[in-house]
Amino acid sequence: MKPAPFTYHRPETLEEAIGLLADLAPQDGSVLAGGQSLVPMMNFRLARPAHLIDINTVGGLDLLAAENGVLRIGARVRHAAFHIPAEQGPLGAMLAAVARHIGHYPIRMRGTFCGSLAHADPAAEWGLVAATLDAELVAVSTGGERRLATSDFFQGVMTTALKPDEVLAEARLPILPAYTRFGFAEFSRRAGDFAMAMALAVLEIEGGVIAAPRLGVGGAEAIPHRIEEAEAALRGEKPSEAVFRAAAEAAARTIDPLEDPQIDMQYRRELVGAMAYRALRQACA
Amino acid sequence: MSESVEVTLTVNGRPYALRLEPRRTLLDALRDECGLTGTHMGCEHGVCGACTVLIDGDPIRACLMFAVQAQGSAIRTVEGLAQGEELHPLQRAMIAHHAVQCGFCTPGFLMLVAGVLEHEPDIGDEALLDVLGSNLCRCTGYQGIVAAMRAAVAQMRGPKGSE
Repeated sequence: MKPAPFTYHRPETLEEAIGLLADLAPQDGSVLAGGQSLVPMMNFRLARPAHLIDINTVGGLDLLAAENGVLRIGARVRHAAFHIPAEQGPLGAMLAAVARHIGHYPIRMRGTFCGSLAHADPAAEWGLVAATLDAELVAVSTGGERRLATSDFFQGVMTTALKPDEVLAEARLPILPAYTRFGFAEFSRRAGDFAMAMALAVLEIEGGVIAAPRLGVGGAEAIPHRIEEAEAALRGEKPSEAVFRAAAEAAARTIDPLEDPQIDMQYRRELVGAMAYRALRQACA
Repeated sequence: MSESVEVTLTVNGRPYALRLEPRRTLLDALRDECGLTGTHMGCEHGVCGACTVLIDGDPIRACLMFAVQAQGSAIRTVEGLAQGEELHPLQRAMIAHHAVQCGFCTPGFLMLVAGVLEHEPDIGDEALLDVLGSNLCRCTGYQGIVAAMRAAVAQMRGPKGSE
């Protein structure tokens, strides 16, 4: 259980980091952020990068600020930064509620928001948040800056649109209006373990009916995403058991479930339905 | 072998000038290079928590950080918890509540809670339980550890006006 040898680089600026990455990505160079996924993979030798470019001392990447209608989250912002609401409205409250589900306390002290997105584990909570809120993601390389929609960013299990020479420098989440409601539900066999299914509901109730519904599902498919059919079942409806059930069933029916030896497709569908239902009840409570 | 680098680690206030490969985890460096074997090696992939130490006051898994990354940080291990012969309140509580059986997980639990209390000295009972879920114990069934940590947190918080 020892990592394979690598050469260590510790850039101080983003320019230096992307310069190193441009040179070293073709030689199996990789970015090291919080290391809570990459280092276990290296200890198991599932990953054997020849060069590690440690961005933990890169200035400016610890940015966490609400500006111009978005919450800007720099590449060094750790999960634990969200224990305290990062913003005073429902977005800050939602991120604080979701953060408590990520691994365990010491993992949250090191792991980063952007690192989680770049790693693209389907069971990652932040991936679900980014997908449900349609976050904008900022990739930087020596070639310049690209802004990606989350729906274009995630491409498959641990696969993203990020190029080998790009750093995911920032994620931008839309600040939610003060009257926005949310609900989050996750199922795993042990506290802090990987999600087997999770759902995030974000909506408004206007004049007694559901408006601007977003229902995202994660941990159940190759990538987290919004479920249009479920949102359609919610839009304009009065919150009720029947409406929650209809939306949850739409989510369960329309997903393309991951299958593994412990969780067959039908079980995963039922978990998704249950999580969607719980998230919606929470949001409308 | 990759090229070794010079690294100075500051552990429990004492500098250790080391020469090691970048692939050496902080855990291995603490145990093998600094000789501080109080930090235990369990799973080596961040699951068990036996290697929990404090980096600038934050509890982290020493198996998931490279020693080179810890340069410039204040590292605290279980060896730095007692003040001379005087055990830390968390350590005393572990003894009083029979929270130690084989003792393998004990340093990790101590540093976990010591670190969390630096951030949240008024941590609530439910949040404390959630934190204790970070680490594994294979002997005690956890009840002794939970009782010890609850008692120690209450004692360290203290009644208002007393020490």
